[in-house]
Amino acid sequence: MPERVEVKEKVLSENDRLAAELRARLAEYRVASLNLVSSPGSGKTSLLEKTLAALNDRLRMALVAGDVQTENDANRLTKAGGRMVRPIVTGGACHLDARMVTRAIEGFDLAALDLLVIENVGNLVCPSSYDLGEDMKVVLISTTEGDDKPLKYPGMFRRSSVMVINKIDLLGSSDFDMARVRENALSINGNLQIFDVSCRTGQGLDAWYAWLQGFVARKKQR
Amino acid sequence: MHELGIAQSIVEAVLKKMQSEGYRGVSKIGLRIGGLTDIVPDALEFGYEASVRDTPLAATQLVIETIPVQGTCRACSRNFVIEDYLFICPDCGGQDIAMTQGDELEIAYIEIDDGETDAGTS
Repeated sequence: MPERVEVKEKVLSENDRLAAELRARLAEYRVASLNLVSSPGSGKTSLLEKTLAALNDRLRMALVAGDVQTENDANRLTKAGGRMVRPIVTGGACHLDARMVTRAIEGFDLAALDLLVIENVGNLVCPSSYDLGEDMKVVLISTTEGDDKPLKYPGMFRRSSVMVINKIDLLGSSDFDMARVRENALSINGNLQIFDVSCRTGQGLDAWYAWLQGFVARKKQR
Repeated sequence: MHELGIAQSIVEAVLKKMQSEGYRGVSKIGLRIGGLTDIVPDALEFGYEASVRDTPLAATQLVIETIPVQGTCRACSRNFVIEDYLFICPDCGGQDIAMTQGDELEIAYIEIDDGETDAGTS
């Protein structure tokens, strides 16, 4: 006779445990942290390059850049002035997990940091299941994608706190509708904070920088 | 593929459990998977079959219970099932919705082969 045993254990409990450890360490040093997610090519690295250029003197930023292959993104961030940049090459895995991030930040002096940004692998499905110990997820979408993307990937848009819409300089070149993308995103997550930007022209980025500085300041006060 | 990694985590967790509890065989694994996890049961089963090959779990059956997404409106306190991922209150139209279920990704139970365990006292 088979005997049923209650387990009630999260499948990703090991990841969650490591993420909780990471979160506690970051909290101890009051380091704010973001998990930046998007499809491939939405502009995660571009947004971080711009952010480094604008805030490098005011915020002590560490950046972890995940990719399936190559360290190209990490190299771009170093070139953009990033002082603490680490690549994570997943070698095939479609997402980052808490263990990879824990290893990547091993050499960082957390006491000398204000903000950690984890640039996830370009993918709107898998990264949503893996807690990386971050304070919040920021999801990036660009106007060259479909404005129904929030409806196609509800898990990611639901779990994110901020949505950045990039490439607004290209509006009009496609059928992307700003009102529709907002409506779609807010129907899944009514509390999403939304920024419209162009990393190419710089339009709208000031509001993003201001928000980011406020976010870091709130973490310091806690 | 997302589900393959999840399947591997399930296999690791159950094998660990077998070892720590001294179970000899597991005939069934019951999973609870929320509607917002973006996990496709078919793909998970496929990934599971690939992951259990040549392990003590090779003949184990996977039973997946899908948990619907539900929420509570923070404005009017209405509880409702969220269909098509629309987090909008059917009563007041509020969009500040606290999710109450649908995020689950857990091993609910396992069925032990014939009840025999090495650790008779545990």
